[in-house]
Amino acid sequence: MSNQNGKESLQAKFEKNIFAMYLFMALAVSLAGIVQIVPLFTNPDTVKDQVTLADGSTQSLLWQRAEGQSLDDWKPGDGVRPNTPLEVAGRDIYQREGCFLCHSQMIRPFRDEKERYGHFSLAVESKYDHPFQWGSKRTGPDLARLGGKYSDEWHILHLRNPQALVPESVMPKYKFLDDAMVDGDEIATHMSGLRKVGVPYTDADIAGAADAVAGKTEMDAMVAYLQSLGNMIKFEDGVTYRE
Amino acid sequence: MNLAEKYDLGVVKWFTIMSSVYLVVGTLLGVYIASELAFPYLNDLGTDLPYFQFGRLRPLHTNAVIFAFGGSALMAAAFYIVQRTNQVRLWSNKMAWFTFWSWNTVIVLAVVTLPLGLTQSKEYAELEWPIDILITLSWASYLYNFIMTIHIRDRNKVPHVYVANWFFMGMMVMVTYLHVVNNLSIPVDWFKSYSIFSGVQDAMIQWWWGHNAVGFFLTAGFLGMMYYFVPKQAERPIYSYRLSVIHFWALMFGYVWLGAHHLQYTALPDWAGSLGATISLAMIIPSWGGALNGILTLSGAWDRLREDYILRFLIMSLAFYAMSTFEGPVMAAKNVNALSHYTDWTIGHVHSGALGWNIMVAAGSLYHMIEKMYNVRLNQKLLAIHFWIHTIGTVTYIVAMWVSGIMQGLMWRAYDEYGTLAYTFAESVAAMHPYYVMRAAGGVLVFTGAVIMLINIVSTIRKSGSVQTANA
Repeated sequence: MSNQNGKESLQAKFEKNIFAMYLFMALAVSLAGIVQIVPLFTNPDTVKDQVTLADGSTQSLLWQRAEGQSLDDWKPGDGVRPNTPLEVAGRDIYQREGCFLCHSQMIRPFRDEKERYGHFSLAVESKYDHPFQWGSKRTGPDLARLGGKYSDEWHILHLRNPQALVPESVMPKYKFLDDAMVDGDEIATHMSGLRKVGVPYTDADIAGAADAVAGKTEMDAMVAYLQSLGNMIKFEDGVTYRE
Repeated sequence: MNLAEKYDLGVVKWFTIMSSVYLVVGTLLGVYIASELAFPYLNDLGTDLPYFQFGRLRPLHTNAVIFAFGGSALMAAAFYIVQRTNQVRLWSNKMAWFTFWSWNTVIVLAVVTLPLGLTQSKEYAELEWPIDILITLSWASYLYNFIMTIHIRDRNKVPHVYVANWFFMGMMVMVTYLHVVNNLSIPVDWFKSYSIFSGVQDAMIQWWWGHNAVGFFLTAGFLGMMYYFVPKQAERPIYSYRLSVIHFWALMFGYVWLGAHHLQYTALPDWAGSLGATISLAMIIPSWGGALNGILTLSGAWDRLREDYILRFLIMSLAFYAMSTFEGPVMAAKNVNALSHYTDWTIGHVHSGALGWNIMVAAGSLYHMIEKMYNVRLNQKLLAIHFWIHTIGTVTYIVAMWVSGIMQGLMWRAYDEYGTLAYTFAESVAAMHPYYVMRAAGGVLVFTGAVIMLINIVSTIRKSGSVQTANA
């Protein structure tokens, strides 16, 4: 409190000069962002994209795509890749329907979450997610590792009428997804947009988008997206995925 | 002298009225989506249409309550307070009307686009990019007009700017930052865009926005209302000037760090989450500083609470504010957060702030302004009914969510004697049903209170016969 007088006179000046006070406020509220957010962009450890295996070699968690390979050449466990055109369409629907309001996609490193949902989520797994879909509420279960847990048929029946398969469910019915077709040109435009914000699509990926989704319904797209969740990385025992 | 001759009150009157209209709309939507969780049939009423489903209406509920109701109340209060405390008319009455029309246009566009599923899918920042640009213009006009009105005051009459104005200004500055940065995106067509950030960074920026929409829009701005209307209604000076200086700057500096506590144990680096949690604990000091400063303003005038229902709204709001800002740091503590995150407890916490603090302090402020601006006295019986029905509704809602939230958290992590998970997820959903019904019932009470408020305001104004002067 030794500089109390100095402080008070500064406050008194602010109260007389509103623009000075405005500038000081603008500065005060900026500090947290500078300390807390800016390093997330500059520190490479924030999104750790490679790990050291038990034998000492390093493995990339991102799919190492060779020249000329298409998205279809990716195999489960090859690492994090951009969504296919059909999955992009599915993800758009996931956003449109507000699925993230009731389903998280972020497994925390607790024993019960591991047993219920699977390995905890890594930052790199949502590297291509614009915007992120981690969610903040589990009215329904976490979906971060939903891919491969159920058959496509199960998902279709469940989306059409959730209560038919899970009587306790409070989820809305998504039968209307059967009736709408995916628009190929729109998906190509969306992929160009995603490329602008940093998703590594090739010209060939975008050029082939319309064909890839031709004749597909929104239901097909949604199921493709749900089946893609969480199986891009093959987790190995004895590897440190998060410090 | 008549207030209406001395100040530009037309725009304030209309913001006040619209705010109470939007409270009815926002709480009705809340009741509906709460009922959907209790009775899923309500999602489409057998029609197979998506427009009334939870996923589409929930953003409309949050936007209606925060930005339509809360925003209009903030704009009414700011334009009223800045004129009265600086003893000067608005710098530009025209610009204030621009703020009014643009803000209401945003609300209409939200009502159209959100049920259609046009969304950025970032919580409380769902509106798509063309609407975001309109929000920016509307907000900038609000900020500029407010500061210029302070600037043109007569410095001989009003040398020092009153504390309520600092809080409004702090909110305006921070919300501008938050809104612009969090909505940075690349449009792919008129109604679809992708955030320029992804994954971890996008999550951190979203919750920097999300928590400070609470910390600045719903806290700093509403504290601005408190600092004017509590002393006015109690007819006593604010308890401590020094306390207001300290807690103002602590709030400006401190609140901004808290967003990361929404992301503990996630893929956000641990240091950022822990930093957010630590400062969250410290925030109880500035928060309670504000609550005490308001409540203690009544020292020596407690008897006024007996008959003054407007004052009761204001003081009860501070009690809820103090409770909610105690609960917040508790939930930010890592051990508690491990249980409470992803559960209904979070929803309960938000509503103890929104129903207990925001609606109550705004109701007190709107009622006060109506009485002053129209030179009338509201129906005291309706005020009393609103006060009690709202208080009971709020407590019902919060208790339901405490029980369901903590129960969810415990069920998800429970193990049976064989060391396997004791409950399936579906069992936890089924166990929530009675509490979801109870929550909806609490919501119905709050909604009923909002209707009573609107009836009281409109009938009182009509009786005064001066509604036409609102456009003057």
